Amino acid sequence: MSPRLTQKIAFTVLFLATLLVVLPVAVILAIIVAKGASAISWEFLFSMPRDGMTAGGIFPAILGTLYLVLGAVLFAVPLGVLAAVYLVEYSSDNRFSRLVKLAIVNLAGVPSVVYGLFGLGIFVTFFRFGASILSGSLTLGIMILPVIITSAREALESVPRHFRTVSLSLGASRWQTVRHSVLPHALPGILTGMILGLGRAAGETAPILFTVAAFYLPRLPQSVFDQTMALPYHLYVISTQVPGIAENVRYGTALVLLALVLLLNLAAIVLRYRFRKRKKW
Amino acid sequence: MVAAAAKFAISGLHVHYGKICALRDLNLDIRAHEIFTVIGPANSGKSTFLNCLNRLIDLAPASRLSGEIRLDGVDIRAGLEVESLRRKVGIVFALPLPLPISIYENIVYGLRMQGIRDAAVLDEAVERSLRESYLWDEVKDRLRSPAMNLSGGQQQRLCMARILAGRPDVLLFDEPTSGLDPISTARIEETMLVLKEKYTIVLVTNNVAQAARVGDRTAFFLMSEMVELSETSRMFTTPVDQRTSDYITGKFG
Repeated sequence: MSPRLTQKIAFTVLFLATLLVVLPVAVILAIIVAKGASAISWEFLFSMPRDGMTAGGIFPAILGTLYLVLGAVLFAVPLGVLAAVYLVEYSSDNRFSRLVKLAIVNLAGVPSVVYGLFGLGIFVTFFRFGASILSGSLTLGIMILPVIITSAREALESVPRHFRTVSLSLGASRWQTVRHSVLPHALPGILTGMILGLGRAAGETAPILFTVAAFYLPRLPQSVFDQTMALPYHLYVISTQVPGIAENVRYGTALVLLALVLLLNLAAIVLRYRFRKRKKW
Repeated sequence: MVAAAAKFAISGLHVHYGKICALRDLNLDIRAHEIFTVIGPANSGKSTFLNCLNRLIDLAPASRLSGEIRLDGVDIRAGLEVESLRRKVGIVFALPLPLPISIYENIVYGLRMQGIRDAAVLDEAVERSLRESYLWDEVKDRLRSPAMNLSGGQQQRLCMARILAGRPDVLLFDEPTSGLDPISTARIEETMLVLKEKYTIVLVTNNVAQAARVGDRTAFFLMSEMVELSETSRMFTTPVDQRTSDYITGKFG
């Protein structure tokens, strides 16, 4: 075979592989939009469900998901970033830090339903938070911790070594160096990780199944100790547990969830792009 | 008399990186207000020596020091906070390394870390240090613009200003002109000659001619040891050791 021909074949194969990756995303989007767009209305987005979820809107589920995501981020981001700072800036490469890193990698591989059971055991039962926004947020927070820590670590490690050397050589303490010459430059990466974690937390069903999600609760939560509806679980319920729900309502709910997650990811991309343009080293 | 004027007194200094010996049994004094130059080929231990003087060596993983370094009679490891040591002993690195902030903020960085907030004090330090490093006229109208926009030579003088702002005692230069053109190099060298009136300067260089131009005394390092230390003029005319003579005449290195 001539080099030209092999080149052509390789190119085609690579292109097809790429296309195959994009295709499912496009098809999923197309189907959901086609079948669900007709359900989207002001009332659908901002009113309570009625008549056993066959009518009305999904407002409590949207709001519940936002609360859960916010709670998860409030818990996981400070904890994760502080842990990452410790791992990158303070700990030397010893057995303990290697163990911690291994634990983080493993944490990322734990199936989400296991997080759900864990949350049920710890937060709902042991700490007596009950099935509540607090329990659900904490469970989701632990689930996204690996994402936050890993991206924060990468962001910190990508800050050039010499920023630290220069800062220390000017008489700054180690913490001042981290605070003034490392963290500010790692912020975009940290934010990106945060938003990716946000998207993941918004979409998961299993971790909230036992810890917070209400089957049918047509009112808004009053405190963090209340149960709430949430989009992913609501979608599961109306798709499999309740007969007689119009197809466009099911797909409409999926569309709202998808739009929420995509919007968050888009925000991450825009943010990363804008910070990258400012980067000057 | 000589002993009284010693800025740095180094005795029995050994440095190891893990099992590798980087500096063996170093004994020397650095006098106040001299330019003490260190020459030698790569891996001779000269940068290691420099990094010992402000304890940046502590950052290198698995580095171990033994022996004693005294600054004005005070043991720099036992008797001094590392932050205050580094404020007294500033370093200019081989490459110009401004932080990705404005010219102004680069210069006041060390001062801010000391907790100085008074704008008048900071402004004064910026102007004084930029004048001392002969950069003031070139940048006085754009102090708030990013330091990364300056040319290489300007950046290196900014790095000098950044140290001078903190009123140090000793300036360390680690091959400060290795990335610069001849004109920028000449300006840096002129600046050093003026600065030694006020400060003590330790210059590590792989440019033998530079040592000859600016050094008061010169030490020749080879394979982790100091081979010879003498007045610069003497070293470059009548070196005692054959290896020194070979190095400065370009037979190896």
